[in-house]
Amino acid sequence: MGEKILMKGNEAIGEAAIRAGCRYYFGYPITPQSELTAYMAKKLLKMKNAAFIQAESEIAAINMVYGAAATGVRAMTSSSSPGISLKQEGISYIALAELPCVVVNMMRGGPGLGDIQPSQGDYFQATKGGGHGDYHLIVLAPSSVQELVDLTMDAFDLADKYRNPVMILGDGLLGQMMEAVEFKERPKVDLPDKGDWIITGCKDREPRHIVPFDLDPSVLEKWNYNLGEKYKKIKEKEVRYEAVNTENAELIIVAYGTVARIVKTVISNAKEEGINIGLIRPITLFPFPEKVINKTADNVKKFLVVEMSLGQMVEDVKLSVNGKAEVNFYGRAGGIIPSPEEILKEVKKCL
Amino acid sequence: MLEEVIIAGFGGQGVMLIGRLLAYAGMLEGKNVAWMPSYGPEMRGGTANCTVIISSEEIASPVVPYPKSIIIMNKPSLDKFEPKVKKEGLIVLNDSLIKQKINRDDVAVVRVSANDIADQLGNLRIANMVILGAYVKKSGVVRLETIFKALEKALAGRNQNLIKINKEALKKGAELVKE
Repeated sequence: MGEKILMKGNEAIGEAAIRAGCRYYFGYPITPQSELTAYMAKKLLKMKNAAFIQAESEIAAINMVYGAAATGVRAMTSSSSPGISLKQEGISYIALAELPCVVVNMMRGGPGLGDIQPSQGDYFQATKGGGHGDYHLIVLAPSSVQELVDLTMDAFDLADKYRNPVMILGDGLLGQMMEAVEFKERPKVDLPDKGDWIITGCKDREPRHIVPFDLDPSVLEKWNYNLGEKYKKIKEKEVRYEAVNTENAELIIVAYGTVARIVKTVISNAKEEGINIGLIRPITLFPFPEKVINKTADNVKKFLVVEMSLGQMVEDVKLSVNGKAEVNFYGRAGGIIPSPEEILKEVKKCL
Repeated sequence: MLEEVIIAGFGGQGVMLIGRLLAYAGMLEGKNVAWMPSYGPEMRGGTANCTVIISSEEIASPVVPYPKSIIIMNKPSLDKFEPKVKKEGLIVLNDSLIKQKINRDDVAVVRVSANDIADQLGNLRIANMVILGAYVKKSGVVRLETIFKALEKALAGRNQNLIKINKEALKKGAELVKE
């Protein structure tokens, strides 16, 4: 067991990325994730065979990630909501080019410039594509600083395993708060060799191209189908969730990230009042844990989805429940965090 | 055990730092801890606060609308948080800057002349340590010695020369609270 360290969420992501072998970071500061950019600057600038660049814009930063990832190194960028919007074109290109990389979004209130308080308003953007075209990111939703560490390390492995961009979808609260974290020894993972596709200079071999287009529609269609097969495989193999108190619950709350933690307080407060409720917390938002939700709907007839948005994940819950149970929604927006008291009130309304 | 405390004051009074020390000390004593700052567009002279949770169990909600305790360094923060303290909770306030009476009769109140004591010790900037000392003694949430250890970590390096005076301030604050 490693030593416990008290760390801010944003800095913990940085340390986790470096320990996962990430030596290339390109970003542009924005509240509430700037500590991550600062941490990478402090560490990477002192390391050999590493690069930190504060790019001239978010668009430049994501394209630097594209370039770095094409050479086979572990590369990362991070931002918060408005900055992530600017990166979407690059993310879409990376998705088609099938390059592994990690993008961190510590969400804040929106739309537009919004505010700098925590929000979950970018769920659609993260899970349904975000940029143009038919693609998916693998989306991981941590709910503690420890999980920020563990999932950041997993993110690089998943990216390499599937040659796919992975997004860490957190929020301002997770980024700003400090908790004790431990950097655990990780088992060695078998990952595919990158040697047959990376661009490293074509001396003594045929040149390679990593391009995000093919003007022949029959070729591009095949490429799309291949991506589809990949997403199918990801859906089969990579779903993660946490289930709390789902046995004999009168109602199941579905929530992720920061909100899921608040719901855990709601569960114990409800218990004191004799109300038995449970929680399903998706840890992967894509792939979404649809099977467990569908199965739970055989026994529990009421669901409540709680989000810091006007209702986005609720659509995936409805698709998963597929009419077998009632799905209610409660959300706060604009950077307001729901309190345990108001969620419990909502629970009682549903029962 | 579960302690939820909000620490509030003017930006620059060191409320974030004493929150971090408290969280660090909790961690050193083997508890689960969370420290959460308010992070609006704040600056020196504005108001700032942080929430610290120390628990023997897994910490669920990091958001605490109704804290068990509050440590209050200035009047605007008292106005904001006094009504929110839980019944039988604790208010530790900076008596040097807050003269008003507490309207609650269902909470314990400790008044600490933090600025005056800090001034007597020779550095107004350690008023935060005086009030933290009083809070730690009164609440018993961590041991004062553990706060010293946290302080040594936090002020390691170029601020090492300040450890002694900060410890003195913590002790002075603790002495104000009767057994």
